[in-house]
Amino acid sequence: MIRFEAVGLHYGRSRAAEPGAEVLRDLSFSIPQGEFRWLLGPSGAGKTSLLRLMYLAIRPTRGRLTVLGTEIQAARRRDLPPLRRRIGVVFQDFRLLPHLSAMDNVALPLRLAGRPEGQIQADVKEMLRWVGLSKKVTARPTELSGGEQQRVAIARAVITRPQLLLADEPTGNLDDEQAERLMQLFHEMNRLGSTVIVATHNDALVARHPAKSIRLSAGRVVNPPAPGRD
Amino acid sequence: MAAISLRPAGFDDLGLRRALSDRMLPLLVAAMAFLAAMALAGWIGAASLASQWRDGAGAALTVQVPRPHAPASQPGTSRLVSVMALLSGTPGVASVRALPEDELADLLRPWLGSGAERLSVPLPAVVAVRLTGRLDIPPLAQRLQAISPGTLLEDHGVWLRRLSALAWSLQACSGLALVLVATVAAAVIAVATRAGLSARREAIEIVHGLGATDGYIAGRFARRATMLAAVGGLVGAILAMPVLLALAQLAAPFSGAPAEPDTVAEMFGLLPPGLWLVLPGLPMTAAGIGFVTAHGTVRRWLRRLP
Ligand SMILES: Nc1ncnc2c1ncn2[C@@H]1O[C@H](COP(=O)(O)OP(=O)(O)OP(=O)(O)O)[C@@H](O)[C@H]1O
Ligand SMILES: [Mg+2]
Repeated sequence: MIRFEAVGLHYGRSRAAEPGAEVLRDLSFSIPQGEFRWLLGPSGAGKTSLLRLMYLAIRPTRGRLTVLGTEIQAARRRDLPPLRRRIGVVFQDFRLLPHLSAMDNVALPLRLAGRPEGQIQADVKEMLRWVGLSKKVTARPTELSGGEQQRVAIARAVITRPQLLLADEPTGNLDDEQAERLMQLFHEMNRLGSTVIVATHNDALVARHPAKSIRLSAGRVVNPPAPGRD
Repeated sequence: MAAISLRPAGFDDLGLRRALSDRMLPLLVAAMAFLAAMALAGWIGAASLASQWRDGAGAALTVQVPRPHAPASQPGTSRLVSVMALLSGTPGVASVRALPEDELADLLRPWLGSGAERLSVPLPAVVAVRLTGRLDIPPLAQRLQAISPGTLLEDHGVWLRRLSALAWSLQACSGLALVLVATVAAAVIAVATRAGLSARREAIEIVHGLGATDGYIAGRFARRATMLAAVGGLVGAILAMPVLLALAQLAAPFSGAPAEPDTVAEMFGLLPPGLWLVLPGLPMTAAGIGFVTAHGTVRRWLRRLP
């Protein structure tokens, strides 16, 4: 369950910035657990910022934000890491660890969760096979193409079966066939109970997979998702 | 050096093998450990000398009686006999012993040469007095003067107090040096950790974003810093050994040990036992400083992340 109540966000230190300087303004909506949402809007509208709020990379400057049932304002700093481990993120800029192999990058969330090493290997190999990287298990990110890096990032995001899956422009470097495969993966995760939110500019993809959407424009939601609407 | 053996087994998710390199940090910590070994040796040496002085010169007086065989103010006895009787009867005196002439001659020979026995100058008698506790010197001196004019009382306590003040100052200096060395070691480790943090800033942010706790990230750094500091401490302690043995050999004649040890065991026996307990503690202390400093530095740095 995700709930935004009059949430505002501005970057930078000054707390007393005028409302016009806010990157996100007056966000009020909620997404029940297990839903799928597109996150749409022109470049600079605030999609990435909205996702960052949800994956707890930043805290809102005002309003109330609830992620997976935890109210973020009230949460202590040490309560956030366990919450983050229940969230999978495909970053717009991948954020792979450059000195680790594809295998170790994907295994990282499992290791952070304290999964026994014996189980990790098989799961990670299976996941990499699924995203079509069986032959690149030991490759470092610098030895991978943009699309391959993106698929490693996707594998890392879903390997723990997170309750909340956030993807920021996950098809940016993928061809149509890979993009379709990715959507299949996201739908499968969604079917298993994850809330999935995908930010994208890819209108063709959205058209092929109609679902509810949150449309942002200049930091505001322009179509608060009402039930039954597209 | 042993680059491979210095690397921790396991998964280096933050790339710390490069970011906290196995060259500079162990080298600097080794230098600190070496200095710490010297300071500790100074501490222990001063302490053992002080305790020897205390035992030897401790509760003792020397009384010189000129013209010992002349009659005392009380008729019928010699000065020496009446001085000894008075000393024996004084509360706080454990034993009284007049040094025999040949022992006295032995004491004087280094100054007077072998002719000390045949000296024409009349020698005073010397009485060694051991005390059980503190004794008020001036009244005793007055009473001795009364029965045997010219009798001199030498209180070793004055020397003892001066020597123990010296030993105490040496110990205090060693202690201060130890504190400084430990502080510098902690600073060196903190600086290295900070450099590692900025080199791995992005990786830390990623791992933090994936849900790593502060304890996990700090633990990664601390594990690496602990290992590097322990290696440095060990190297420093080993390098200090020959220097300490050489110093102990120089000091041996003052503590009654053989100055030219024949066997290795005898040579190692020269080091005060306290030092044997303390030397293995150096790598452990260095490791402890490494762990605590790295943990604290990383945790403080991590507070900037949400
Ligand atoms: N770290 C930051 N500091 C200051 N301003 C920022 C920061 N990140 C983003 N912004 C600003 O916030 C606004 C929204 O940026 P955001 O990245 O959320 O947009 P977006 O919708 O994801 O765009 P795109 O589709 O190009 O990825 C932009 O005007 C941007 O300049
Ligand atoms: Mg963006």
